[in-house]
Amino acid sequence: MIRVKNINKSFDDKKVLDDVSVSFEPGKTNLIIGRSGSGKTVLLKAIVGLHNVDSGEIWYEDVLFNKLGFEEMKEIRKQMGMLFQGSALFDSLTVEQNVRFPLDMFTKKSLEEKTERVNFCLNRVNIIDANKLFPSELSGGMKKRVAIARAISLNPRYLFCDEPNSGLDPLTAILIDDLIKEITEEFSMTTIVNTHDMNSVMEIGEKIVFINEGVICWEGSKDEILKSDCAILNDFVFANALAKQLRESGK
Amino acid sequence: MIKFLSQLGRYFLLLKKVFSKPEKPSVYYKQTMHELVFLGLNSIGIVTIVSFFMGAVITLQTAYNTENPIYPTYLIGLGTRDSILLEFSSTIVALILAGKMGSNIASEIGTMRVTEQIDALEIMGVNSASYLILPKMIATLFFNPFLTIISINVGILGGWLAGTAAGVITSEDYIYGIQYAFIPYYIVYSLIKTVFFAFIITSVSAFHGYYVDGGSLEVGRASTRAVVHSSILILLFNVILTQLLLS
Repeated sequence: MIRVKNINKSFDDKKVLDDVSVSFEPGKTNLIIGRSGSGKTVLLKAIVGLHNVDSGEIWYEDVLFNKLGFEEMKEIRKQMGMLFQGSALFDSLTVEQNVRFPLDMFTKKSLEEKTERVNFCLNRVNIIDANKLFPSELSGGMKKRVAIARAISLNPRYLFCDEPNSGLDPLTAILIDDLIKEITEEFSMTTIVNTHDMNSVMEIGEKIVFINEGVICWEGSKDEILKSDCAILNDFVFANALAKQLRESGK
Repeated sequence: MIKFLSQLGRYFLLLKKVFSKPEKPSVYYKQTMHELVFLGLNSIGIVTIVSFFMGAVITLQTAYNTENPIYPTYLIGLGTRDSILLEFSSTIVALILAGKMGSNIASEIGTMRVTEQIDALEIMGVNSASYLILPKMIATLFFNPFLTIISINVGILGGWLAGTAAGVITSEDYIYGIQYAFIPYYIVYSLIKTVFFAFIITSVSAFHGYYVDGGSLEVGRASTRAVVHSSILILLFNVILTQLLLS
Protein backbone atom coordinates (compact mmCIF):
# COMPACT_ATOMS: atom_id res chain seq x y z
CA MET A 1 0.00 0.00 0.00
CA ILE A 2 1.16 3.53 -0.74
CA ARG A 3 0.30 6.06 1.95
CA VAL A 4 0.79 9.80 1.93
CA LYS A 5 0.67 11.61 5.27
CA ASN A 6 0.28 15.36 5.73
CA ILE A 7 2.45 16.39 2.80
CA ASN A 8 2.96 20.01 1.92
CA LYS A 9 4.65 21.40 -1.16
CA SER A 10 5.16 24.98 -2.27
CA PHE A 11 6.87 26.52 -5.28
CA ASP A 12 8.23 29.89 -4.14
CA ASP A 13 5.25 31.47 -2.36
CA LYS A 14 2.61 29.35 -4.07
CA LYS A 15 1.32 26.45 -2.00
CA VAL A 16 0.53 23.56 -4.34
CA LEU A 17 -0.15 20.74 -1.86
CA ASP A 18 -1.74 21.59 1.46
CA ASP A 19 -1.60 18.93 4.18
CA VAL A 20 -2.46 16.09 1.81
CA SER A 21 -3.11 12.69 3.38
CA VAL A 22 -4.37 9.76 1.34
CA SER A 23 -3.79 6.03 0.92
CA PHE A 24 -3.91 4.07 -2.32
CA GLU A 25 -5.31 0.58 -2.36
CA PRO A 26 -2.98 -2.26 -3.37
CA GLY A 27 -3.78 -4.25 -6.49
CA LYS A 28 -6.31 -1.68 -7.67
CA THR A 29 -6.56 1.20 -10.10
CA ASN A 30 -6.49 4.36 -7.99
CA LEU A 31 -7.35 7.62 -9.69
CA ILE A 32 -6.36 11.14 -8.73
CA ILE A 33 -8.74 13.53 -10.43
CA GLY A 34 -8.98 17.28 -10.45
CA ARG A 35 -8.94 20.35 -12.65
CA SER A 36 -5.82 21.48 -14.48
CA GLY A 37 -3.52 23.18 -11.99
CA SER A 38 -5.17 21.54 -8.99
CA GLY A 39 -1.91 19.88 -7.90
CA LYS A 40 -2.48 16.32 -9.06
CA THR A 41 0.71 16.07 -11.14
CA VAL A 42 2.74 17.55 -8.28
CA LEU A 43 1.15 15.00 -5.93
CA LEU A 44 1.99 12.13 -8.30
CA LYS A 45 5.56 13.37 -8.80
CA ALA A 46 5.93 13.77 -5.04
CA ILE A 47 4.77 10.19 -4.54
CA VAL A 48 7.39 8.86 -6.96
CA GLY A 49 10.08 11.14 -5.55
CA LEU A 50 10.54 13.45 -8.52
CA HIS A 51 9.51 16.40 -6.33
CA ASN A 52 10.82 16.72 -2.79
CA VAL A 53 8.03 17.60 -0.37
CA ASP A 54 8.45 20.42 2.15
CA SER A 55 7.01 18.30 4.96
CA GLY A 56 5.05 15.08 5.47
CA GLU A 57 5.63 11.40 4.82
CA ILE A 58 5.31 9.07 1.83
CA TRP A 59 5.20 5.39 2.70
CA TYR A 60 5.65 2.39 0.40
CA GLU A 61 4.40 -0.49 2.53
CA ASP A 62 6.50 0.01 5.69
CA VAL A 63 9.29 2.05 4.07
CA LEU A 64 9.37 5.81 4.59
CA PHE A 65 10.23 6.62 0.98
CA ASN A 66 10.83 10.37 1.11
CA LYS A 67 13.47 10.07 3.82
CA LEU A 68 15.57 7.53 1.91
CA GLY A 69 18.95 8.40 0.42
CA PHE A 70 19.53 8.37 -3.34
CA GLU A 71 20.83 4.79 -3.46
CA GLU A 72 18.09 3.37 -1.18
CA MET A 73 15.44 5.24 -3.14
CA LYS A 74 16.76 3.58 -6.31
CA GLU A 75 15.86 0.16 -4.92
CA ILE A 76 12.21 1.18 -4.47
CA ARG A 77 12.21 2.89 -7.84
CA LYS A 78 13.19 -0.35 -9.55
CA GLN A 79 9.76 -1.59 -8.47
CA MET A 80 8.02 1.34 -10.17
CA GLY A 81 6.84 1.82 -13.71
CA MET A 82 5.60 5.15 -14.95
CA LEU A 83 3.68 6.34 -17.96
CA PHE A 84 4.34 10.03 -18.55
CA GLN A 85 1.98 12.53 -20.12
CA GLY A 86 4.18 12.85 -23.22
CA SER A 87 5.20 9.17 -23.10
CA ALA A 88 8.87 10.12 -22.46
CA LEU A 89 10.24 7.47 -24.81
CA PHE A 90 13.95 7.84 -25.52
CA ASP A 91 14.15 9.51 -28.94
CA SER A 92 17.48 7.97 -29.88
CA LEU A 93 16.35 4.39 -29.23
CA THR A 94 14.04 2.17 -31.25
CA VAL A 95 10.82 0.77 -29.78
CA GLU A 96 12.59 -2.48 -28.95
CA GLN A 97 15.55 -0.71 -27.35
CA ASN A 98 13.21 1.50 -25.32
CA VAL A 99 11.39 -1.50 -23.84
CA ARG A 100 14.65 -3.39 -23.37
CA PHE A 101 16.35 -0.48 -21.61
CA PRO A 102 15.30 -1.36 -18.02
CA LEU A 103 16.22 -5.00 -18.70
CA ASP A 104 19.66 -3.97 -20.01
CA MET A 105 20.18 -1.78 -16.98
CA PHE A 106 19.02 -4.03 -14.17
CA THR A 107 19.04 -7.67 -15.25
CA LYS A 108 21.66 -10.20 -16.22
CA LYS A 109 19.44 -11.89 -18.78
CA SER A 110 20.85 -12.96 -22.14
CA LEU A 111 19.92 -11.01 -25.26
CA GLU A 112 17.52 -13.81 -26.30
CA GLU A 113 15.76 -13.71 -22.94
CA LYS A 114 15.52 -9.95 -23.02
CA THR A 115 14.17 -9.97 -26.58
CA GLU A 116 11.59 -12.55 -25.57
CA ARG A 117 10.47 -10.36 -22.67
CA VAL A 118 10.37 -7.27 -24.91
CA ASN A 119 8.21 -9.08 -27.45
CA PHE A 120 5.92 -10.32 -24.69
CA CYS A 121 5.45 -6.79 -23.34
CA LEU A 122 4.92 -5.32 -26.81
CA ASN A 123 2.41 -8.04 -27.71
CA ARG A 124 0.64 -7.40 -24.42
CA VAL A 125 0.02 -3.79 -25.43
CA ASN A 126 -0.82 -4.79 -29.02
CA ILE A 127 2.25 -3.33 -30.67
CA ILE A 128 3.13 -5.64 -33.53
CA ASP A 129 5.97 -5.30 -36.09
CA ALA A 130 7.14 -1.97 -34.72
CA ASN A 131 10.30 -3.13 -32.94
CA LYS A 132 12.66 -1.29 -35.25
CA LEU A 133 10.71 1.96 -35.45
CA PHE A 134 11.80 5.10 -33.63
CA PRO A 135 9.39 7.06 -31.37
CA SER A 136 9.13 9.84 -33.97
CA GLU A 137 7.59 7.30 -36.36
CA LEU A 138 4.78 6.33 -33.95
CA SER A 139 1.32 7.79 -33.40
CA GLY A 140 0.36 9.24 -30.01
CA GLY A 141 -1.57 6.13 -29.00
CA MET A 142 1.28 3.83 -30.04
CA LYS A 143 3.76 5.91 -28.04
CA LYS A 144 1.59 5.51 -24.94
CA ARG A 145 1.36 1.76 -25.47
CA VAL A 146 5.12 1.43 -25.95
CA ALA A 147 5.61 3.49 -22.79
CA ILE A 148 3.30 1.07 -20.94
CA ALA A 149 5.29 -1.86 -22.33
CA ARG A 150 8.50 -0.25 -21.07
CA ALA A 151 6.90 0.46 -17.69
CA ILE A 152 5.91 -3.18 -17.19
CA SER A 153 9.07 -4.78 -18.60
CA LEU A 154 10.55 -5.33 -15.12
CA ASN A 155 7.27 -6.54 -13.59
CA PRO A 156 6.85 -3.54 -11.30
CA ARG A 157 4.76 -3.56 -8.13
CA TYR A 158 3.59 -0.02 -8.69
CA LEU A 159 2.41 1.65 -11.88
CA PHE A 160 1.98 5.42 -12.14
CA CYS A 161 0.24 7.10 -15.06
CA ASP A 162 0.24 10.86 -15.55
CA GLU A 163 -2.64 11.91 -17.81
CA PRO A 164 -2.50 8.74 -19.93
CA ASN A 165 -5.26 9.97 -22.24
CA SER A 166 -4.04 13.46 -22.96
CA GLY A 167 -3.92 14.18 -26.67
CA LEU A 168 -5.69 10.96 -27.67
CA ASP A 169 -8.99 10.52 -29.49
CA PRO A 170 -11.84 9.06 -27.36
CA LEU A 171 -11.57 5.53 -28.78
CA THR A 172 -7.79 5.32 -28.32
CA ALA A 173 -8.22 6.82 -24.85
CA ILE A 174 -10.60 4.00 -23.91
CA LEU A 175 -8.13 1.44 -25.29
CA ILE A 176 -5.36 2.88 -23.12
CA ASP A 177 -7.66 2.94 -20.07
CA ASP A 178 -8.67 -0.67 -20.61
CA LEU A 179 -5.05 -1.66 -21.05
CA ILE A 180 -4.04 0.00 -17.78
CA LYS A 181 -6.87 -1.74 -15.92
CA GLU A 182 -6.15 -5.13 -17.47
CA ILE A 183 -2.44 -4.89 -16.72
CA THR A 184 -3.13 -3.80 -13.14
CA GLU A 185 -5.30 -6.86 -12.57
CA GLU A 186 -3.08 -9.26 -14.51
CA PHE A 187 0.13 -8.35 -12.69
CA SER A 188 -1.51 -7.43 -9.33
CA MET A 189 0.02 -3.98 -9.37
CA THR A 190 -0.92 -0.93 -7.36
CA THR A 191 -1.75 1.63 -10.01
CA ILE A 192 -2.20 5.35 -9.56
CA VAL A 193 -3.59 7.27 -12.52
CA ASN A 194 -3.69 11.02 -12.71
CA THR A 195 -6.50 12.27 -14.94
CA HIS A 196 -9.15 14.87 -15.54
CA ASP A 197 -10.99 12.65 -17.99
CA MET A 198 -14.37 11.56 -16.59
CA ASN A 199 -14.52 8.69 -19.09
CA SER A 200 -11.46 7.22 -17.40
CA VAL A 201 -13.07 7.66 -14.02
CA MET A 202 -16.13 5.69 -15.06
CA GLU A 203 -14.15 3.10 -17.04
CA ILE A 204 -11.35 2.14 -14.70
CA GLY A 205 -11.63 3.97 -11.38
CA GLU A 206 -11.74 1.69 -8.36
CA LYS A 207 -10.65 4.23 -5.79
CA ILE A 208 -10.99 7.88 -6.72
CA VAL A 209 -9.38 10.84 -5.00
CA PHE A 210 -10.51 14.35 -5.92
CA ILE A 211 -8.02 17.15 -5.40
CA ASN A 212 -8.82 20.84 -5.63
CA GLU A 213 -6.35 23.69 -5.11
CA GLY A 214 -3.90 21.34 -3.42
CA VAL A 215 -6.42 19.92 -0.95
CA ILE A 216 -8.01 16.46 -1.03
CA CYS A 217 -11.73 17.24 -1.12
CA TRP A 218 -13.26 13.85 -1.65
CA GLU A 219 -12.43 10.11 -1.76
CA GLY A 220 -14.62 7.23 -2.82
CA SER A 221 -15.59 4.78 -5.56
CA LYS A 222 -16.96 5.48 -9.04
CA ASP A 223 -20.46 4.56 -7.87
CA GLU A 224 -20.27 7.04 -5.03
CA ILE A 225 -18.92 9.86 -7.17
CA LEU A 226 -22.24 10.37 -8.95
CA LYS A 227 -24.11 10.69 -5.66
CA SER A 228 -21.66 12.94 -3.86
CA ASP A 229 -22.76 16.05 -1.98
CA CYS A 230 -19.44 17.77 -2.58
CA ALA A 231 -20.31 20.84 -4.65
CA ILE A 232 -16.83 21.36 -6.11
CA LEU A 233 -16.68 17.71 -7.13
CA ASN A 234 -20.13 17.89 -8.73
CA ASP A 235 -19.08 20.97 -10.70
CA PHE A 236 -16.11 18.96 -12.00
CA VAL A 237 -17.95 15.69 -12.66
CA PHE A 238 -20.95 17.28 -14.33
CA ALA A 239 -19.03 19.95 -16.19
CA ASN A 240 -20.09 19.01 -19.72
CA ALA A 241 -23.55 19.63 -21.15
CA LEU A 242 -24.41 15.95 -21.63
CA ALA A 243 -23.56 15.07 -18.03
CA LYS A 244 -25.58 18.06 -16.81
CA GLN A 245 -28.62 16.96 -18.85
CA LEU A 246 -28.34 13.39 -17.59
CA ARG A 247 -28.11 14.59 -14.02
CA GLU A 248 -31.09 16.92 -14.40
CA SER A 249 -33.14 14.16 -16.00
CA GLY A 250 -32.27 11.94 -13.03
CA LYS A 251 -30.43 9.31 -15.04
CA MET B 1 26.71 36.83 -6.05
CA ILE B 2 24.39 34.49 -4.10
CA LYS B 3 22.93 33.25 -7.38
CA PHE B 4 26.43 32.59 -8.72
CA LEU B 5 27.43 30.64 -5.60
CA SER B 6 24.19 28.70 -5.70
CA GLN B 7 24.80 27.78 -9.36
CA LEU B 8 28.39 26.81 -8.54
CA GLY B 9 27.12 24.58 -5.74
CA ARG B 10 24.63 22.92 -8.09
CA TYR B 11 27.40 22.38 -10.63
CA PHE B 12 29.60 20.54 -8.12
CA LEU B 13 26.65 18.53 -6.80
CA LEU B 14 25.92 17.49 -10.37
CA LEU B 15 29.56 16.45 -10.82
CA LYS B 16 29.32 14.37 -7.64
CA LYS B 17 26.28 12.62 -9.09
CA VAL B 18 28.06 12.14 -12.43
CA PHE B 19 31.07 10.46 -10.84
CA SER B 20 29.11 8.03 -8.67
CA LYS B 21 29.35 4.30 -9.38
CA PRO B 22 27.68 3.33 -12.67
CA GLU B 23 24.69 0.96 -12.43
CA LYS B 24 25.93 -1.32 -15.17
CA PRO B 25 29.38 -0.63 -16.66
CA SER B 26 28.61 -2.56 -19.88
CA VAL B 27 25.73 -0.17 -20.69
CA TYR B 28 27.96 2.81 -19.96
CA TYR B 29 30.66 1.35 -22.20
CA LYS B 30 28.22 1.08 -25.12
CA GLN B 31 27.02 4.60 -24.48
CA THR B 32 30.61 5.87 -24.42
CA MET B 33 31.31 4.20 -27.78
CA HIS B 34 28.21 5.89 -29.18
CA GLU B 35 29.38 9.28 -27.87
CA LEU B 36 32.86 8.72 -29.31
CA VAL B 37 31.27 8.51 -32.72
CA PHE B 38 28.64 11.17 -32.16
CA LEU B 39 30.78 13.82 -30.46
CA GLY B 40 34.27 12.76 -31.51
CA LEU B 41 34.33 11.31 -35.01
CA ASN B 42 31.62 13.71 -36.17
CA SER B 43 33.85 16.64 -35.20
CA ILE B 44 36.79 15.59 -37.37
CA GLY B 45 35.29 17.33 -40.41
CA ILE B 46 34.91 20.77 -38.89
CA VAL B 47 38.28 20.56 -37.10
CA THR B 48 40.00 19.57 -40.35
CA ILE B 49 38.42 22.33 -42.42
CA VAL B 50 38.99 25.07 -39.86
CA SER B 51 42.55 23.93 -39.12
CA PHE B 52 43.49 23.75 -42.79
CA PHE B 53 42.36 27.29 -43.56
CA MET B 54 43.67 28.74 -40.30
CA GLY B 55 47.07 27.16 -40.98
CA ALA B 56 46.98 28.68 -44.45
CA VAL B 57 46.07 32.13 -43.16
CA ILE B 58 48.65 32.04 -40.36
CA THR B 59 51.37 31.26 -42.92
CA LEU B 60 50.28 34.03 -45.29
CA GLN B 61 49.86 36.58 -42.48
CA THR B 62 53.27 35.71 -41.05
CA ALA B 63 54.83 35.98 -44.49
CA TYR B 64 53.30 39.37 -45.30
CA ASN B 65 54.14 40.79 -41.86
CA THR B 66 57.76 39.65 -41.87
CA GLU B 67 58.60 40.68 -45.40
CA ASN B 68 62.10 41.83 -44.60
CA PRO B 69 65.44 40.67 -46.05
CA ILE B 70 67.00 40.30 -42.59
CA TYR B 71 64.41 37.67 -41.58
CA PRO B 72 65.12 34.20 -42.95
CA THR B 73 61.99 32.84 -44.66
CA TYR B 74 62.07 29.59 -42.72
CA LEU B 75 60.83 31.66 -39.75
CA ILE B 76 57.44 31.66 -41.47
CA GLY B 77 57.28 27.89 -40.99
CA LEU B 78 58.47 28.23 -37.41
CA GLY B 79 55.88 30.93 -36.68
CA THR B 80 53.09 28.87 -38.19
CA ARG B 81 54.12 25.77 -36.23
CA ASP B 82 54.32 27.56 -32.88
CA SER B 83 51.07 29.49 -33.39
CA ILE B 84 49.27 26.28 -34.21
CA LEU B 85 50.91 24.26 -31.44
CA LEU B 86 50.64 26.80 -28.66
CA GLU B 87 47.28 28.41 -29.26
CA PHE B 88 45.34 27.49 -32.31
CA SER B 89 44.96 23.70 -32.09
CA SER B 90 44.16 23.71 -28.39
CA THR B 91 42.38 26.98 -27.61
CA ILE B 92 40.78 28.07 -30.87
CA VAL B 93 39.71 24.54 -31.74
CA ALA B 94 38.30 24.21 -28.20
CA LEU B 95 36.27 27.38 -28.75
CA ILE B 96 34.95 25.96 -32.00
CA LEU B 97 34.14 22.67 -30.29
CA ALA B 98 32.43 24.57 -27.47
CA GLY B 99 30.05 25.82 -30.14
CA LYS B 100 29.54 22.46 -31.80
CA MET B 101 29.71 19.97 -28.94
CA GLY B 102 28.49 22.38 -26.25
CA SER B 103 25.26 23.36 -27.98
CA ASN B 104 24.74 19.74 -28.97
CA ILE B 105 25.13 18.43 -25.42
CA ALA B 106 23.04 21.18 -23.81
CA SER B 107 20.20 20.89 -26.30
CA GLU B 108 20.16 17.07 -26.20
CA ILE B 109 20.06 16.86 -22.41
CA GLY B 110 17.77 19.90 -22.15
CA THR B 111 15.27 18.36 -24.56
CA MET B 112 15.37 15.15 -22.54
CA ARG B 113 14.61 17.21 -19.43
CA VAL B 114 11.61 19.07 -20.86
CA THR B 115 10.16 15.94 -22.46
CA GLU B 116 10.43 14.09 -19.12
CA GLN B 117 12.92 11.53 -20.47
CA ILE B 118 15.25 12.33 -17.55
CA ASP B 119 12.36 11.81 -15.13
CA ALA B 120 11.72 8.46 -16.83
CA LEU B 121 15.34 7.45 -16.20
CA GLU B 122 15.09 8.49 -12.55
CA ILE B 123 11.85 6.55 -12.07
CA MET B 124 13.55 3.42 -13.40
CA GLY B 125 16.22 3.84 -10.72
CA VAL B 126 18.92 5.01 -13.15
CA ASN B 127 21.32 7.75 -12.07
CA SER B 128 20.36 10.02 -14.96
CA ALA B 129 23.23 12.47 -14.46
CA SER B 130 25.82 9.75 -14.59
CA TYR B 131 24.19 7.83 -17.43
CA LEU B 132 23.80 10.90 -19.64
CA ILE B 133 26.92 12.90 -18.81
CA LEU B 134 29.71 10.49 -17.86
CA PRO B 135 29.93 8.76 -21.28
CA LYS B 136 30.07 12.17 -23.00
CA MET B 137 32.79 13.28 -20.63
CA ILE B 138 34.89 10.15 -21.13
CA ALA B 139 34.41 10.34 -24.90
CA THR B 140 35.54 13.96 -25.16
CA LEU B 141 38.41 13.60 -22.68
CA PHE B 142 39.66 10.66 -24.70
CA PHE B 143 38.97 11.91 -28.21
CA ASN B 144 39.63 15.66 -28.09
CA PRO B 145 43.42 15.15 -27.80
CA PHE B 146 43.21 13.22 -31.10
CA LEU B 147 41.31 16.14 -32.60
CA THR B 148 44.10 18.43 -31.42
CA ILE B 149 46.74 16.22 -33.04
CA ILE B 150 44.72 16.14 -36.27
CA SER B 151 44.36 19.92 -36.08
CA ILE B 152 48.12 20.44 -35.60
CA ASN B 153 48.97 18.26 -38.60
CA VAL B 154 46.28 19.64 -40.89
CA GLY B 155 47.09 23.23 -39.86
CA ILE B 156 50.76 22.80 -40.67
CA LEU B 157 49.84 21.10 -43.95
CA GLY B 158 47.48 23.98 -44.82
CA GLY B 159 50.25 26.46 -44.12
CA TRP B 160 52.66 24.58 -46.35
CA LEU B 161 50.18 24.34 -49.24
CA ALA B 162 49.14 27.99 -48.99
CA GLY B 163 52.70 29.25 -48.51
CA THR B 164 54.14 27.36 -51.45
CA ALA B 165 51.11 28.00 -53.70
CA ALA B 166 51.27 31.75 -53.00
CA GLY B 167 55.01 31.71 -53.53
CA VAL B 168 55.80 33.33 -50.15
CA ILE B 169 58.02 30.45 -49.02
CA THR B 170 59.70 27.49 -50.64
CA SER B 171 58.79 23.98 -49.62
CA GLU B 172 62.32 23.38 -48.28
CA ASP B 173 62.30 26.53 -46.13
CA TYR B 174 58.86 25.72 -44.71
CA ILE B 175 59.85 22.17 -43.79
CA TYR B 176 63.13 23.43 -42.30
CA GLY B 177 61.17 26.08 -40.36
CA ILE B 178 58.69 23.68 -38.82
CA GLN B 179 61.59 21.51 -37.62
CA TYR B 180 63.74 24.39 -36.41
CA ALA B 181 64.11 24.86 -32.61
CA PHE B 182 61.28 22.42 -32.03
CA ILE B 183 60.30 22.00 -28.36
CA PRO B 184 58.40 18.69 -27.91
CA TYR B 185 56.95 19.95 -24.62
CA TYR B 186 54.71 22.30 -26.61
CA ILE B 187 52.75 19.25 -27.77
CA VAL B 188 52.34 18.08 -24.17
CA TYR B 189 51.27 21.61 -23.21
CA SER B 190 48.71 21.66 -26.00
CA LEU B 191 47.30 18.26 -25.07
CA ILE B 192 47.04 19.12 -21.37
CA LYS B 193 45.07 22.23 -22.27
CA THR B 194 42.85 20.19 -24.58
CA VAL B 195 41.95 17.78 -21.78
CA PHE B 196 40.99 20.65 -19.45
CA PHE B 197 38.97 22.32 -22.18
CA ALA B 198 37.18 19.06 -23.04
CA PHE B 199 36.13 18.75 -19.39
CA ILE B 200 34.89 22.35 -19.35
CA ILE B 201 32.91 21.96 -22.59
CA THR B 202 31.18 18.74 -21.49
CA SER B 203 30.50 19.53 -17.85
CA VAL B 204 29.35 23.13 -18.31
CA SER B 205 27.12 22.30 -21.29
CA ALA B 206 25.65 19.26 -19.56
CA PHE B 207 25.00 21.36 -16.45
CA HIS B 208 23.02 23.93 -18.45
CA GLY B 209 21.05 21.22 -20.24
CA TYR B 210 20.38 19.13 -17.14
CA TYR B 211 18.82 21.97 -15.19
CA VAL B 212 16.63 23.39 -17.95
CA ASP B 213 13.28 24.43 -16.59
CA GLY B 214 10.51 25.23 -19.03
CA GLY B 215 9.98 24.45 -22.71
CA SER B 216 11.74 24.55 -26.04
CA LEU B 217 12.52 28.25 -25.69
CA GLU B 218 14.45 27.52 -22.51
CA VAL B 219 16.34 24.70 -24.21
CA GLY B 220 17.54 27.20 -26.83
CA ARG B 221 18.57 29.67 -24.13
CA ALA B 222 20.36 26.95 -22.16
CA SER B 223 22.21 25.96 -25.31
CA THR B 224 23.36 29.55 -25.86
CA ARG B 225 24.39 29.91 -22.20
CA ALA B 226 26.33 26.65 -22.46
CA VAL B 227 28.39 27.93 -25.40
CA VAL B 228 28.98 31.37 -23.87
CA HIS B 229 29.96 30.07 -20.43
CA SER B 230 32.15 27.29 -21.84
CA SER B 231 33.94 29.77 -24.09
CA ILE B 232 34.58 32.23 -21.25
CA LEU B 233 35.89 29.46 -19.00
CA ILE B 234 38.12 28.14 -21.79
CA LEU B 235 39.67 31.59 -22.21
CA LEU B 236 40.09 31.99 -18.45
CA PHE B 237 41.69 28.57 -18.02
CA ASN B 238 43.87 29.22 -21.05
CA VAL B 239 45.49 32.08 -19.15
CA ILE B 240 45.81 30.07 -15.93
CA LEU B 241 47.19 26.96 -17.65
CA THR B 242 49.61 28.96 -19.78
CA GLN B 243 50.99 30.62 -16.66
CA LEU B 244 51.23 27.28 -14.84
CA LEU B 245 52.66 25.23 -17.69
CA LEU B 246 54.96 27.65 -19.49
CA SER B 247 56.29 29.88 -16.72
